[in-house]
Amino acid sequence: MSGRTKAVRAATANAVADNPAPWDAVGLTQQEYRSIAAALGRAPAPLELGMLGAMWSEHCSYKSSRVHLRRLPTTGDAVLVGPGENAGVLALPEGWAVAIRVESHNHPSAVEPFQGAATGVGGILRDIFATGARPCAVLDGLCFGPPEQVRARHLLRGVVEGIAHYGNSIGVPTVGGATAFAPGYRDNPLVNVMAAGWLRADAIQHGRASGPGNPVLLIGNRTGRDGIHGASLLASRSFAEDPAGLRPAVQVGDPFVGKLLLEACAELAERGLLVGCNDLGAAGLTSAASEAAGRGGMGIELDLGAVPLREQNMDPYEIMLSESQERMLVVVDAADERAAVAVCERWGCELARVGHVTDDGRIRIRASGTVVADMPVALLTSAAPRYRRPARRPAAPARARPPDRDLTAVDDWLERLLAAPNICSRRWIYRQYDHQVQTATAVLPGQGDAAVLWRKGTGFGVALALDGSGRLCRLDPYGGAALAVCEAARNVACAGGRPLGLTNCLNWGSPEDPATMGTFAAAIDGMARAARALAIPVTGGNVSFYNETSGRPVDPTPLVGVAGLVADIGRRRGSGFPEAGLAVALLGPAAGRLDGSEYQVQRWGAPSGAPARPVFALERGLLRVLAEADLRSAHDCAEGGLLVCLAECVLTGAAGARVRLPKPRGRLDELLFGEAPGRVVVSTDNYGALARLCRAAGVPCRKLGVTADGRDLVAEGLGTWSLRDERGLEPWLA
Amino acid sequence: MSRTAVVVFPGSNCDQDALWALGADAVAVWHQEARLPADVSAVILPGGFAYGDYLRAGALARFSPIMADVRRAADAGMPVLGICNGFQVLCEAGMLPGALARNADIAFHCQTVTVEVADADTAWTAGLRRGERLRLPIAHGEGRYWVADLTGVRVAFRYAGENPNGSLENIAGVSNRAGNVVGLMPHPERAASETLGGVDGLRILGAVREALR
Repeated sequence: MSGRTKAVRAATANAVADNPAPWDAVGLTQQEYRSIAAALGRAPAPLELGMLGAMWSEHCSYKSSRVHLRRLPTTGDAVLVGPGENAGVLALPEGWAVAIRVESHNHPSAVEPFQGAATGVGGILRDIFATGARPCAVLDGLCFGPPEQVRARHLLRGVVEGIAHYGNSIGVPTVGGATAFAPGYRDNPLVNVMAAGWLRADAIQHGRASGPGNPVLLIGNRTGRDGIHGASLLASRSFAEDPAGLRPAVQVGDPFVGKLLLEACAELAERGLLVGCNDLGAAGLTSAASEAAGRGGMGIELDLGAVPLREQNMDPYEIMLSESQERMLVVVDAADERAAVAVCERWGCELARVGHVTDDGRIRIRASGTVVADMPVALLTSAAPRYRRPARRPAAPARARPPDRDLTAVDDWLERLLAAPNICSRRWIYRQYDHQVQTATAVLPGQGDAAVLWRKGTGFGVALALDGSGRLCRLDPYGGAALAVCEAARNVACAGGRPLGLTNCLNWGSPEDPATMGTFAAAIDGMARAARALAIPVTGGNVSFYNETSGRPVDPTPLVGVAGLVADIGRRRGSGFPEAGLAVALLGPAAGRLDGSEYQVQRWGAPSGAPARPVFALERGLLRVLAEADLRSAHDCAEGGLLVCLAECVLTGAAGARVRLPKPRGRLDELLFGEAPGRVVVSTDNYGALARLCRAAGVPCRKLGVTADGRDLVAEGLGTWSLRDERGLEPWLA
Repeated sequence: MSRTAVVVFPGSNCDQDALWALGADAVAVWHQEARLPADVSAVILPGGFAYGDYLRAGALARFSPIMADVRRAADAGMPVLGICNGFQVLCEAGMLPGALARNADIAFHCQTVTVEVADADTAWTAGLRRGERLRLPIAHGEGRYWVADLTGVRVAFRYAGENPNGSLENIAGVSNRAGNVVGLMPHPERAASETLGGVDGLRILGAVREALR
């Protein structure tokens, strides 16, 4: 047994009790322990300390990020539920609403990719249906080391299989996301899972306990010894070299039970039987119970003898901190308890009455007739520490000077970039995901810049995109985070959606490192600025710190998930040219920068310099043009630059194109492969109207050419490319 | 009026899609019911992961109480259609010949395929012509059709072009001898709306509706 395995197994009641430094075993500092003892007026009991260790962990308490997250705008016309609940909720037409949330499952996925990713899907889906919504889509933001590396391929395979295993079985389509490869993620992959769900705006459930005396029910899986202290010891610490010894802290998912739990909770919600509903995720019963009581301003009393167990002889500490999957804590009105039991029985979901709501604001745990924990709820929730950690702000990035000459011809650069891991087709991934179950996916993966889900029975839909760039954020945290907001919004707009709100997942290294904290603070500023400028409120999300191994942090990576309204589902858009004879136009500036571009990495080996920052007036204008113009296709010009973007429009569409690119003002490679925000390639059968609209919106617009029969991309004076088969990830994975 | 029953097993996840594609004259029937409703004149076993499919796909669902009545109705000639997981259940129940093994490349495949109608005389292909091609989505990890002896097996659909799972003789769907029980891996209910990419699936789902009218 390795030393680390011992550390996890040691986090039991006995070890805490006998330890001269008991705070250590639960991931707290001595200072934090002292403040707990001061608040209680006594030393905490071992169970109490374990519960506090979990709730005061970075993962659950956001103790290092909260002072920064406050700067994000969280209100707007469409926001029905903002941060602090299980998921954010945005208003749609005709009394409908959509719930969105994204969460990281990085640490478990690094230890055990299949189960780590699978339980990531299960966890985020429970967050969605805890709001009373029926999950309708999953998107994944995945970052791995370069696919040439064996470990990266192992993690990629395992993560994709795990997502497929859970999502396909539970019957929620996996419709999109983003996948990036960079050396910084070699040991610490990122697995961010976003989900969305439909609900009626007047039937939103809250994760709240109310009504003293009301029964507290535990539904779903039995409680086992899996995942004990996942929140505090796995998610809130950095890895040493080999994380395999942490496997006992990873949970195992069961999508079949997840499906039964989903159906039972949906029926409870539809029949109006719920007072409150809270997912058991990180910190298990401890967090579900204390959060529910905290939000409702109530107390809660649990009798652990009533908790259905998977294993014998589990002690209170294990029961309260188990992270066994597929469990939901539900509060019902005492009069509805029998009806709730009947619903769960019908779905074959185990249900147990494990306690009741009280009015004294305390969480009280009984086991074998004795009280083993008794604390103010607030000590676990609102009184958790908040730190303004030392932060060393990054210096403003300086432009890079390309080390050698400009291109004189395209040569094989287009083919090389189209085959690059960060640009090539994601078909190998999304083909393993059922992306059509629920028969509502109107823009499929690979067809558009965002997935579009049709709200059947109405004429509207929702566009969903998840985007962000660790590479750009590494060079310029402020600009990179602002760009993540702009790009996700642009993707939604390209597919025909008007952005309503966003959810974010912030993946950083250790908050105890001032440089890391500095890039985090700068990124929050950039994200806040962009979200304000585009009027896209933040409805919640997740912060994942300690993404580092042996002191090497990942590239700071904010992933932004945007939901937008496609008011007329008939006006949804794909990214590919749909037919011959359309005008092809570029919206936004012609040339990009080499700094931070995929071309720079492919040609010179590493990103450097100062990537172009988004210009908010241009981004606003683009959103307007994309909302109002009659376009047949729209594709965000991102990784790879303009020529790659044009090639992708041919590859994902049904027509070729003949274009003449503008004369380069600077280097030819900046024009062809330079990257800059605020650029979109569109096709239209009414170029005149588009040009007029662009003038009114202050968006540069130039006609590049026309779409043509066949699958050739002809760029006059530069070359002709026959684009029939998309390059994919298969060369690395076959 | 007669209705089409869509059986809901625990873990079914295409039941609502089938009900939606069939429209008003469809009814969900919970797997624990002993009998199909009296006014039912066709049955669909939908896609999904019945009982989680942790054993073999469909291996547990065939023991669900409703299956006895489905078998009785099928023996009496009622049209029964198994889609994806439903096809697997029908094979496990012995109501269709053969078995569905793990895809040849051991990966789950979600994509749209072209299938050719091999037999236009079954209850579910009556509205189609032999040799006609349909575009239908698939989504499965265990869809490789296999049977020890093809003699007497009525093949209803074959993959035309790409065979996505390594099925024997490109078989995408089969029927029983009488032609009233059909199973296929592709999802006709996913090709039931232009908004979702096509309506070829309605030609299969509509076949019994037309015949019953």
